Amino acid sequence: MSYQVDEKGFYGEFGGAFIPELLYPNIEELQENYLAIEKSPEFQEEFHQLLKDYVGRPTPLFLAKRLSAKYGAEIWLKREDLCHTGAHKVNNTIGQILLAEKLGKKRIIAETGAGQHGVATATVCALKGLECIIYMGEKDIERQAPNVARMKMLGATVRPATSGSKTLKDATNEAMRDWINNPEDTHYIIGSVVGPHPYPDMVARYQSVISEEIKKQMDGLPDYVIACVGGGSNAMGAFYHFLDDKEVKLIGVEAAGLGVDTEKTAATLTLGTPGVLHASRSIMMQDKDGQVLEPHSISAGLDYPGIGPAHAWLKVSERAQYMAVTDAAALEAAVEVSRLEGIIPALETAHAFSVLKDLDLKPTDRVVINLSGRGDKDMNTYMEELNLNAL
Amino acid sequence: MNNKLTELLKNKPQNLLNIFYTAGYPQLEDTTTLLTALEIAKVDLVEIGIPFSDPLADGPTIQESSKIALENGMSIEKLFSQLENHTPKVPVLLMGYLNPVMQYGLEAFCKRCSEVGVDGLIVPDLPMYIYETEFKEVFEKYNISNIFLVTPQTSEKRIREIDANSNGFIYAVSSASTTGSKTDFSAAADYLGKLKEMDLKTPILTGFNIKNQQNFQDACNYVDGAIIGSEFIRQITDVDDIAKATANFVSSIK
Ligand SMILES: Cc1ncc(COP(=O)(O)O)c(C=O)c1O
Repeated sequence: MSYQVDEKGFYGEFGGAFIPELLYPNIEELQENYLAIEKSPEFQEEFHQLLKDYVGRPTPLFLAKRLSAKYGAEIWLKREDLCHTGAHKVNNTIGQILLAEKLGKKRIIAETGAGQHGVATATVCALKGLECIIYMGEKDIERQAPNVARMKMLGATVRPATSGSKTLKDATNEAMRDWINNPEDTHYIIGSVVGPHPYPDMVARYQSVISEEIKKQMDGLPDYVIACVGGGSNAMGAFYHFLDDKEVKLIGVEAAGLGVDTEKTAATLTLGTPGVLHASRSIMMQDKDGQVLEPHSISAGLDYPGIGPAHAWLKVSERAQYMAVTDAAALEAAVEVSRLEGIIPALETAHAFSVLKDLDLKPTDRVVINLSGRGDKDMNTYMEELNLNAL
Repeated sequence: MNNKLTELLKNKPQNLLNIFYTAGYPQLEDTTTLLTALEIAKVDLVEIGIPFSDPLADGPTIQESSKIALENGMSIEKLFSQLENHTPKVPVLLMGYLNPVMQYGLEAFCKRCSEVGVDGLIVPDLPMYIYETEFKEVFEKYNISNIFLVTPQTSEKRIREIDANSNGFIYAVSSASTTGSKTDFSAAADYLGKLKEMDLKTPILTGFNIKNQQNFQDACNYVDGAIIGSEFIRQITDVDDIAKATANFVSSIK
């Protein structure tokens, strides 16, 4: 069974490029060039040099002793939180800015939920001196204020998306509309393994450095690799080089919001059905008429009604398992990781930690958790939800 | 089943006026009121939008109308039941995004279209190769035309491919833009001129930012007709009598 994209851009029945004709030339240009550019020696050299000297890679693989003691297994943390800008998102934006440069693009657009992808995009645009416009849901602008300020400090324009649930889905719609209106000079840096082919594969390749490093850093294979899933880029990066190692259990963790039995949830793979959203066929949350449902999660980065097509395929083909964690359980896990390991995780990442208690772990099990980002951006939410001022 | 669209286009008519509006807007039951008013006003074709929660290729006016239509309770099933009570006299096209159509079921959808007198479909996020491999057979079974879009960025090679695969008209987007977002038509003149010179077998209608009689005539100098969407929706928004507003607007154009 292949877990990689086929030549038409599909993972099994999922994927493809369901784009309006207006975007055809842009997508065709990417489809025809992304692999050749990625494989060119100049790209490889600059990509790896920037990952090393600018992002600070390789990121450490840290043995979390107190978490290990608590859960009775070896728990290793892949420290993507130590990347420049504070999350894994920058691995992808470095790759895509080099690609945009090679394609001669002058203007960069992106969507963002938690703001980490927006910051990572604004960062590489500053590095390369390119114009940068970030679309962000109005609700996310409010709950991720520190990241909005960072984008502005970096010289980006932040445009609010005011339609729908005013979150990541709506920001993505606005970014796509911008691209339709500016098809010639603009590159759209999508922030996850979503969107039309070749984005899911391209972003997975740029993020695959995560599992490439884990493989080198561990001797032998882990028993589990666990990552949170919004669109699915940090999870795909962490899974990538283990996909064909069947003995490694891969677990993606999505946001259950207030619970999978409520309407306030973002547990796409748990509750969704096949459909086309943001130009790819995947699994999505929709009503009986095929209208997209408005999701809910406390974490802006997981508050999305879709998921990358590769994850839909990994689920359907039973290569990976997907679990859902509520807002409350994620908050609890965030506190636990902070107090046991001295690491404040991003709210997205906290979801991944929360499943430790639900796994049937043996003392010899080696578990890798992809620590996708740090919690600085979430301090407003943590202060409010955990009532930190009163402590 | 006869197809009113291919009937109409058979004799290569010129100056075709196609009016677009969103089903279930401004009020749920306005769909057929508008259809009747447009028939009385003698437009050549009518294009009815099926509202979608995430209309990627639409500008603010049509987005807003879709949102209100959904709040009004519009759905594909509802639209078919409305059309069932009003057999259209003009060619009718439905414009809808792929996902709601797929959830309804492709075969069921096309069957219902042919039953209620819909002649053609515009599915902006249906790529040509998927149409060819998965959709074409069903469309043909129910005698429904598929309308493709072309833009100023579409290569000549691809335009010729689209021409070969078309059985209605080609929808030429008059500038690379989401619906209704640019004000100037003149930028499109070069592009439409080039399309005309290509001498395609399929008639061409242009759309996306035609607002008035001048724009309409300019467009018809190059191609076979034009589509007015966002501007028509503005004309029927916040008015007391949408039928009267429709009559006035159409007579101001043609
Ligand atoms: C720290 C962090 N982790 C995870 C995510 C979710 O995205 P993905 O599933 O693409 O990794 C985000 C998104 O904003 C994030 O900021």
